[in-house]
Amino acid sequence: MNRLHNLFIRFLRDGHLVWVFILPSTILLALFALPLLTLFIRSSNEGFFIYAFSEESLQALRLSLVTSTATTLVAILFGTPLAFMLARWRFRMKSWIELFIDLPIVLPPSVAGLVLLIAFGRRGMFGSALSLLGVSLPFTTAAVVIAQTFVAAPLYVRSARVGFAAIDKQLEEAAHVEGANEWQLFYAVMFPLAGRALLSGAILTWTRALGEFGATILFAGNLEGVTQTMPMAIYLGFERNLGIALALSVVLVIVSVLLLLFTRRLEKQDHD
Amino acid sequence: MNYSLRPVLLLALLLVGCASSEVSSARTLHVFAAASLTDAFTELGEEFEAANPGVRVAFNFAGSQALRTQIEEGAPADVFASANKTEIDLLVASAHVTPDMPQVFLSNRLVVILTENNPAALENLEDLAKPGIKLVFAAEEVPVGEYTCQALDRMNRHFGRDFKDKVLANVVSKEDNVRQVVAKIQLGEADAGIVYTSDAAAAPELPAIEIPPEFNIVAEYPIAILSRSANPELANVFIAYVLSEQGQAVLQKWGFASPD
Repeated sequence: MNRLHNLFIRFLRDGHLVWVFILPSTILLALFALPLLTLFIRSSNEGFFIYAFSEESLQALRLSLVTSTATTLVAILFGTPLAFMLARWRFRMKSWIELFIDLPIVLPPSVAGLVLLIAFGRRGMFGSALSLLGVSLPFTTAAVVIAQTFVAAPLYVRSARVGFAAIDKQLEEAAHVEGANEWQLFYAVMFPLAGRALLSGAILTWTRALGEFGATILFAGNLEGVTQTMPMAIYLGFERNLGIALALSVVLVIVSVLLLLFTRRLEKQDHD
Repeated sequence: MNYSLRPVLLLALLLVGCASSEVSSARTLHVFAAASLTDAFTELGEEFEAANPGVRVAFNFAGSQALRTQIEEGAPADVFASANKTEIDLLVASAHVTPDMPQVFLSNRLVVILTENNPAALENLEDLAKPGIKLVFAAEEVPVGEYTCQALDRMNRHFGRDFKDKVLANVVSKEDNVRQVVAKIQLGEADAGIVYTSDAAAAPELPAIEIPPEFNIVAEYPIAILSRSANPELANVFIAYVLSEQGQAVLQKWGFASPD
């Protein structure tokens, strides 16, 4: 046992440290890359373009993009103030609120869908109140956005909170000395300084919302054009014909890659 | 670095030991069964395990189309009980089931279930076309969804050309298996859904509208051993049990009918 130990230490000292980094990294990268490569290879068959550009595929794609973008906007609009409060203010229920924010991330999506249903469903605890306002949530596109927001917005709030908390207190004090009011402080100092964290949080939220499936199928249901997002179309297509699922998966991967590249450019610009 | 590799290796050996001992002590039979068979087959499984000590029956309940896909992609299964012949035929075509193996072991019919207290005041089949009500069906790939379409086609000939279209316009969600339909109705999310009589029997609190025989379809459920089964003798014993008087009694208790 000891000899093995000494061998390992000597291996490191002789400068082969680089392999300690490269080997595990390669294995993890292979886990990501191999399935995706297989997807592109296996999906290239005659039916590909028929499936990829079918009415159903385009409908699902459009719905996915619209709902995930809406979710991201909701997360930013409502999450930024929350993250700011959690980062810069001190108040009694703070640790409880932080727990509630982190919980949806840990919950399995099907549980998320279930709790949304029993809370806001037609017979849900708050469902009757909603129906008084003439609002019935399940089976609507709004329900898709709500389900996605439930699971994805916490990611934005976490990232934004870290970003706001990282700003040096002295800058805040300096701004006060210069005569800035609360809004000017936020707008001209805090927001730009936390920009990177906000952007990466938004990207996380958007990608999580795009891939959301479990909560949506339970709370919003499945109907083409209204609630059938791309992940759902792929899951159900898988049971009909593998070719459909593969084609739709390729479409989703390509669209995701394009949007990730686009947001990456935004990140670079922001940094410069 | 003053750590020792010994405890790590010990832990690894323990885990491997645990895993291998599990495999040798119990024989596991993997049964893939349609979602509508959930309650009935769970009970059959318990009785089978009691009658055959040392045997464990592991069930996988889902829409028959989902199970067929999993089998095609290599999921380990010994027995497949499908809610329609289509899925079994597909497996015969892809050589996962030998052609003369499938046997029909029960029949089932469709029924309309309504949500508790029936707020939409639905009384007969024609009410399904009432504008503004919410219906939940299974997706067409699911056996019960396909049967629903066939039943609606039959109703069309009686109730008028656009009856089926009007009904389909009321559908707000197409579920992945029949139990999801039942769940949505039980939760009160939709006004009505079309499921099997066996599912209605398992949820007696829900009011129902009968579908008369001239519109109804007879769903025949085939069961078959899979050609790549790791336990063919055990699988055959299980299938024989399902077809036996005892097995059929359990099935009928849960609302299924004997094969015609």
